Amino acid sequence: MMGNLFVIAITAILMENFVLSKFLGICPFLGVSKKLKTALGMGAAVTFVIVLSAIVTWCVQRFLLVPLKLEYLQTIAFILIIASLVQFVEMALMKLVPPLYESLGIYLPLITTNCAVLGSAILIQDNNYTFIEGVVYAFASSIGFMLAMVMFAGVRERLEDSDIPEFLKGFPITLISASLLSLAFFGFQGLKF
Amino acid sequence: MSKMKTFLNGIINENPSFVQLLGMCPLLAVSTSLKNAVGMGLTATLVLICSNAVISLLRKLIPGKIRIASYIIIIAGFVTMIQMLLKAYLPEINNALGVFIPLIVVNCIILARAEAFASKNGVLLSILDGAGMGLGFTLGLSVLAVIREILGAGQIFGFNLFGENFQGVTMLILAPGGFLTLGIVIGIIQLVRSKKKEGGKK
Repeated sequence: MMGNLFVIAITAILMENFVLSKFLGICPFLGVSKKLKTALGMGAAVTFVIVLSAIVTWCVQRFLLVPLKLEYLQTIAFILIIASLVQFVEMALMKLVPPLYESLGIYLPLITTNCAVLGSAILIQDNNYTFIEGVVYAFASSIGFMLAMVMFAGVRERLEDSDIPEFLKGFPITLISASLLSLAFFGFQGLKF
Repeated sequence: MSKMKTFLNGIINENPSFVQLLGMCPLLAVSTSLKNAVGMGLTATLVLICSNAVISLLRKLIPGKIRIASYIIIIAGFVTMIQMLLKAYLPEINNALGVFIPLIVVNCIILARAEAFASKNGVLLSILDGAGMGLGFTLGLSVLAVIREILGAGQIFGFNLFGENFQGVTMLILAPGGFLTLGIVIGIIQLVRSKKKEGGKK
């Protein structure tokens, strides 16, 4: 049991990293990874929402959609849950932990359209994970997301000072460095359990 | 803006993939083969046309405060319909695209067009805008897919181009190749654009 969970976690963080090998959550990965601090903030906010939405969507799927034979409503139900969760988290943080809200504030609404959140909720169902496996998978893959964001923010802070050919400035060089980071993560494919 | 201009705007001037840089996730993930790219592009185009049309029809009824939530529900409805159609008639494409079909719901291109265009313009113009943007996205996907499939696997649409002995650059059809190809293509587009600007000044 524990071994199985460990395999799910390591696979989600390293071998099938959401950003670098599954291409989920590319927009925030490229958009808010300019500074280390914002990357960390976004990563934390996403982790929170992914785990919470994994718990709620799993329960809704198992106790509501399947018994009522409404599986085809999965996409609509999940996106509604995520959108309202994000709104709820935003309001709760504003009331309860104002300093955290201040630092995460601008990223929270963006998370609704982060495909990593909807993606992980759907992948948990596609893989038929149990509740515990699903939560571990959600947590591990968002840690993987945060890891990629933070590493990439470090790379980009250095990129600012380097001499880049004019036509590659901005977006292209960012993508090419992301490619190198992704290639590095590709090495983890060799891990076998 | 004339009708033709609206249509062409999405394909060339404001191409979502290469100029606006929206919808990066599916762009990188499904451009491994031309077949998947075209399948994904046309599916997204269909969703864009339908959602743009409905949102444009309802634009005076939807209250401003909850408009984003309403757009998402409309888009999710169309995505679900198209997902069911694909499962029934084109199961092969559905399996190849996997989780990226439901993820069309959170594709920024569709929400961006709803917010920026369909909520302000008439039905016909919105449909044309949706078709243009969708085909622009399909074009972006196809360009990447052609490069990656030819160089990475030596194939196009599943046909072998260079015979049995060809050894493709396998990296290009894997994840790192997606980032690399898109980076280089956008770089070339920037180069061409800056050359054009210089030419204009002279």
